[in-house]
Amino acid sequence: MTRAVSLYELAHARSGDKGNRLNIAVVCREPVFFEPLRERLTEDFVARVFRERKPTAVRRYELPKLHAFNFVLDDVLDGGVNGSLGLDGHGKTLSFLLLSAEIEIPASLLDPTEGPSPEFMSGGSR
Amino acid sequence: MAQAGRHAVVAKQVWIGAAAGFAGDRPDSSGPLIEALAQHDGPRFLIFETLAERTLALAQLDRLADPARGEVPALKRLLWPALAPCAAAGIRIIGNFGGANPFGAAAKIKAWAAELGCADLKIAVVAGDDLRGTFTAADFARLETDGTLLSGEPAIISANAYLGADAIAEALDQGADVVVTGRVADPALVLGPLKHSFGWADDDWDRLAAGILAGHLLECGSQVTGGYFADPGVKDVPGMDVLGYPIAEVDPDGTFTITKPAGTGGLVDRRTVTEQILYEIHDPAAYLTPDAILDLTQVELMEIGPDRIRVTGARGRARPETLKATVCFDGGFLAEAEISYAGQNARSRAVLAIETVVKRVARPHPSLHVRADLIGIVSVFGDTAGTLLDASIPSGQDGDLRVRFAAETSDRAAAECLLDEVEALYCAGPAGGGGVRKRLTPRLRSASCLIDRTHVTPQISLLETA
Repeated sequence: MTRAVSLYELAHARSGDKGNRLNIAVVCREPVFFEPLRERLTEDFVARVFRERKPTAVRRYELPKLHAFNFVLDDVLDGGVNGSLGLDGHGKTLSFLLLSAEIEIPASLLDPTEGPSPEFMSGGSR
Repeated sequence: MAQAGRHAVVAKQVWIGAAAGFAGDRPDSSGPLIEALAQHDGPRFLIFETLAERTLALAQLDRLADPARGEVPALKRLLWPALAPCAAAGIRIIGNFGGANPFGAAAKIKAWAAELGCADLKIAVVAGDDLRGTFTAADFARLETDGTLLSGEPAIISANAYLGADAIAEALDQGADVVVTGRVADPALVLGPLKHSFGWADDDWDRLAAGILAGHLLECGSQVTGGYFADPGVKDVPGMDVLGYPIAEVDPDGTFTITKPAGTGGLVDRRTVTEQILYEIHDPAAYLTPDAILDLTQVELMEIGPDRIRVTGARGRARPETLKATVCFDGGFLAEAEISYAGQNARSRAVLAIETVVKRVARPHPSLHVRADLIGIVSVFGDTAGTLLDASIPSGQDGDLRVRFAAETSDRAAAECLLDEVEALYCAGPAGGGGVRKRLTPRLRSASCLIDRTHVTPQISLLETA
């Protein structure tokens, strides 16, 4: 059984830019989320989230030791910080556009007895 | 570079603090860092990273207006409070705050040092990043990567190669207390002092990569110590108002610990460090720098204490034969104007304002593309074509909305037409529009080139001491 949740429930993220190219680091809140996200948080999935910006390429890099993914989206920043007409030419805010996407994951991972530890919420060590 | 000149090889840890991650960074960051670094019995350095892509072109425009200027404008604000305390504690300073005029910046620093009673500071300049005398606009057009912005051979304002760590290390070898650079690869600000202190060989790729990773984690200042991280209730960061800036405690083998000064706010944990490891990275197996190619894929983090993360596993490969260069050129004008609508039916009135301005501007300037955003509905998430905005504009709905218009053009009259038409909404627009603000900004565009490293010769000059 799966359940739809926002990616925000499973991960945190940070965007960076180089010219017209955006990268978004997606870091799993819990190591246990890495495998299901590897399966579902695909390049196609991310391309769909950003479809209005018409990316010419979306690449995903996996970092299992950091429980993280790095997404690189080409040509989505309207020319980048020196060319964009938008308020956020860096794309700094776009990490939260990706985090707002809904994603299906096994419901068992969200079971409160086995789900994210309260330690995460307080920033404790894992 | 010859290892013979490297006399300061040490077996102790080297501590490096980062007091600035960009030109707009906070001036009181250095105090706690200097206090913490002073406790270390071993080589200690403070770095300032202040050169975003565009900052150097702006500095070049300053220099054209006044040959004595051209340094990073924040130089005095950032460095003045740090200079005397660093001199007293034997902390050496490295910064790319020279901008478009490292010699001018060094002269200013020398004068301030005298004023502050530390006239004996040795100040070195690393130059050689400026490529304007080496390449023509046609050369740059040929060398451009990831685009064709330079194909029309625009008038170039600045063109600078990203220098590596060698020249910084050499300046330190020569005894510099303050190293002033223009454009260098940001991590080189950290790798330079590490190469100087540990005497790492030029082909010791794994150690160089570790130093680059330390530099990458420090170069954005507080972004690794809880800055740009807080999300209340989910990712809480204590003491945001007194955020500590980072220190890397580096071992001779290149492994290092990221931490921050005691008593400061902020947070160093797996999450803050992981977010920053991948910041502005593309292929994590191949982060290209002038000094080595860094492979991050085997990096591991260990929480070894409160606000202490041990970083291991950086791997390196031979440095690229090309250097990246950023070329900046005139980009016309950016025209921006805003107006607010609030209360009943605000959304419909805001949409009518957009339609009205777009039609009015199109009559005299049919080729001017006007972007409109509805701040409060869709703005930063929106695309310039307005697809996302169109999809989310049903009429009606109350609210407190701000309409933002933007256009880019080299035709000043067209830019001003947009600004005037937004202001005209005060009388000739929908009901209840208020709070117009408008701004016309000269724009700089930038492009990236790859150049053969044999065309670039870094120069190191030590200023005469008084």
